[in-house]
Amino acid sequence: MQRIGVFVCHCGTNIAATVDVKKVAELVRFEPGVVHAEDYTYMCSEVGQQRIIDTVKEKNLTGIVVCSCSPRMHEATFRKCAEKAGINPYMVEIANIREHCSWIHKDMEEATEKAVILARAAIAKVNLNAPLQEGESPVTKRALVIGGGIAGIQTAIDIAEAGYPVDIVEKTPSIGGRMSQLDKTFPTLDCSSCILTPKMVEASAHPLITLHTYSEVENVSGFVGNFEVDIRKKARSVNMDKCTGCGVCMTKCPMKKVPSEFNRNLNTRTAIYTPFAQAVPNVPVIDRENCMYFKTGKCGVCSKVCQAGAVDYEQQDEIITEKYGAIVVATGFDMIKLDKFDEYAYSQSADVITSLELERIMNAAGPTSGHLERISDGKAPKNIVFIQCVGSRCNDHRGKPYCSKICCMYTAKHAMLIRDKYPDTNVTVFYIDVRTPGKNFDEFYRRAVEQYHVNYVKGQVGKVVPKADGTLDVQGVDLLDNKQIVVNADMVVLAAAIEPNPDIRKIATMLTASIDTNNFLTEAHAKLRPVESPTAGIFLSGVTQGPKDIPETVSQAGAAAVKVIGLLAKDKLKTNPCTAKCDPIACNGCSTCANVCPYGAISYEDQLVRGPGVNETRRVAVVNTALCQGCGACSASCPSGAMDLQGFSNRQLISEVDAICR
Amino acid sequence: MQGLIDRLKALLADGTVARVIGWKKGDMSYNPTPAIFNSVEDLDEFVYDGFCGANLSKMMIDATKLEGKTAVLLKPCDSYSFNQLIREHRVNRDNAYIIGIACRGKLDIERAKATGIKGITEVTGTEHDGADTVTFKTLYGDKEVAYNEIMLGRCYMCKGKEHVIADEVIGESKDTAVVDRFAQVAEIEAMSSAEKFEFFKKELSKCIRCNACRNVCPCCSCRKCVFDSTKFDSQQKANVDSFEEKMFHIIRAFHVAGRCTDCGECSRVCPQGIPLHLFNKKFIKDIDTFYGEFQAGKDPEAQSPLTAFTFEDVEPKIVSERSKG
Repeated sequence: MQRIGVFVCHCGTNIAATVDVKKVAELVRFEPGVVHAEDYTYMCSEVGQQRIIDTVKEKNLTGIVVCSCSPRMHEATFRKCAEKAGINPYMVEIANIREHCSWIHKDMEEATEKAVILARAAIAKVNLNAPLQEGESPVTKRALVIGGGIAGIQTAIDIAEAGYPVDIVEKTPSIGGRMSQLDKTFPTLDCSSCILTPKMVEASAHPLITLHTYSEVENVSGFVGNFEVDIRKKARSVNMDKCTGCGVCMTKCPMKKVPSEFNRNLNTRTAIYTPFAQAVPNVPVIDRENCMYFKTGKCGVCSKVCQAGAVDYEQQDEIITEKYGAIVVATGFDMIKLDKFDEYAYSQSADVITSLELERIMNAAGPTSGHLERISDGKAPKNIVFIQCVGSRCNDHRGKPYCSKICCMYTAKHAMLIRDKYPDTNVTVFYIDVRTPGKNFDEFYRRAVEQYHVNYVKGQVGKVVPKADGTLDVQGVDLLDNKQIVVNADMVVLAAAIEPNPDIRKIATMLTASIDTNNFLTEAHAKLRPVESPTAGIFLSGVTQGPKDIPETVSQAGAAAVKVIGLLAKDKLKTNPCTAKCDPIACNGCSTCANVCPYGAISYEDQLVRGPGVNETRRVAVVNTALCQGCGACSASCPSGAMDLQGFSNRQLISEVDAICR
Repeated sequence: MQGLIDRLKALLADGTVARVIGWKKGDMSYNPTPAIFNSVEDLDEFVYDGFCGANLSKMMIDATKLEGKTAVLLKPCDSYSFNQLIREHRVNRDNAYIIGIACRGKLDIERAKATGIKGITEVTGTEHDGADTVTFKTLYGDKEVAYNEIMLGRCYMCKGKEHVIADEVIGESKDTAVVDRFAQVAEIEAMSSAEKFEFFKKELSKCIRCNACRNVCPCCSCRKCVFDSTKFDSQQKANVDSFEEKMFHIIRAFHVAGRCTDCGECSRVCPQGIPLHLFNKKFIKDIDTFYGEFQAGKDPEAQSPLTAFTFEDVEPKIVSERSKG
């Protein structure tokens, strides 16, 4: 029989204001195994912990129940405290009477009753707890960064600078990401490429950074410190070692009609291509779907003109397997598709464009060589309307509920640049609010209004109507004037909401990292662990975690790198002792558990099974505790109950449920 | 039938197999019982007629552990169960010799009795190559009933005439499907929650916990059933409390979900006539809807949707939305 002490925390008034903590301590005193129960203002304080330690010694406690906040907050604290008191840390259970109880109830009587029930469940569990020992696992001192945008590049550089090797896996032929598509950056208006390309070169030249461009993560197994990742290196059809980057193949390629992804399909590229002039690596790829040689077997021009003999039509996808200690997700964002927002006529008029398309138009390397032109007829627009929050802060299913955060600033930038370069152009911005928190941000916006006389109209646009003369009627409302207005424009720019890269769902699933309803990766703690995923060993960098601008992305990228460095600096990691265990007598050998195990921790072997009425060699499940992460999928799927999770055994869970339902 | 018996005798005589699992005459003319035949002489008792509904595949779990090969007679639908047992590593395929036998639907004596037949002394015309009518000799004179009017409920939803696994097939089977296999499930789905609860409460309250369903089910092949384990507080008794009454069958249905081949043995053997197969059918229907059509046992290599993961898997949100519609 256990000797259990129950410690009920007030958490100041967080718990005590809604739960009668004294009554909880009083009522659980007669539960089986309980030899001590008390309440205290702050159980997590030095004094509170000392009370636990003293009581353990005084009353020879074998188990501890702390009724307090979520175990995610203080389970580790109380486990350490138990260890200090000389009992096994896994003899501690937390009854969450704050998040699960006091914070969600108003009625004290009800909340108190529920707190007692939760305490009873924890007590029932501790009665069946057994001491568990943590193991150790080694750390592979190499990191993987998924995504080669500014977030991934910065994280990789910072990790490599600390002396650890890093691999970047980038899906497209070049690193650089969204930032490489931008023209100027707010609020300083420096050229995006000019500040990004040195970073790209630094990453590429760093002896500890390996770039896998035109590559994708195919499979992830293992766990923190010991990930094993399959990377598909897509066939480039160009030998990276031989290619000199001269670019002749691209000039001679007869297939010139492929829409350029990099230029947001505003112009075309060749079938053998690098996405942009400063691409890193400066080695083209053949887009096999559009290449004449791959489509018809005829052509082969690039191969003929290549002096280096680098073009290799026979190249195959290659899958490499690497080991990593930590994985950083930096998969970035894209703009939402606008098919649900057809009132803005995006699909009806070539002169209704997104802000990212405008970035390309304004860029000297873009489809119009930096001249502000209408896509439809190449004429200079005289009236431009910007529409903010297209799909952002959107309450219906068409858009996103969140603020995309960067649009107010980049629109101010666009407006200002246009007014500066083309002073005869009228610029109108329809906005819900202008949000400019950030260093030098509001000053920047005010400059657009006061110095450049951009016409900001508070109000939303209901409809954009393409007219027969090629102009667009923007029908909106001016809320400050309280009237409906129509602005005739030559060009309309939509600040479309940004959303996480759609690949994130697949990647998150491979990593068993959780994502929120908007597909942003979830942090381990929104405030205190913002660059870590709840899945150990997975870190978040950039917009994959939430909308942010370049400076914020770079800061977060550095923060993620620090976390990775902290992990890789360790030689050993403590392993979770709550692992699965198979009872060979009950095991059918059916393989269900091995099928559902996400960590590949279960194998089968022929074992001599001895027990009441059994003495035979048969196929049974064996758990590799170094790989097992204690998720419990096996024990839930085992039809005979042979698989059990230590620390969360079926028996323990049932007794908790029984204690609740009693 | 003589040809079949001769073939079985030959297999035993030349040592291809060490034993045969089939049926022998029962204590009444309409209840042949599963039997193991160890010698050529034993086979004189062998029968195979319209009442041989029992699925013999589960007997192969123990039989394939014995020395020598065991021949087993499997009807097309039984062969799915055998495949499923291979998938779960419960039988040793190398020790099995599977004889696919012909089936034209199996008979349900309760359905026959429901037509008013009683005092049965002998039944004729039930062999595979027999007539379209079954003749019941009774104390009150002969009665004739059309064969296809008194088949087991499951046979009207026949899975088809092909054996999914067999070393040899004897005779030609017949696909007897005439109704949609999920029609009954759809009827229950159309009920309100309260009606469903009442329906199942009424049905399940009949359970006497004889465990016949569990014993006959080829999926219920655990060495030790969780309901027999001391680790779980189950009582192993009928009606000991409402948990035992309601939850035994529900938990059993969950345990066989994604594995049940829909052989219908649970309902066939239930002495209380509880339509147990409805639980399993509901799961099968849901799996088909959410993950694409899946027939357990069709391919021993195929992953069951419930224990496999693909990136195309339907998400919980979609499941709940679809189930509303």
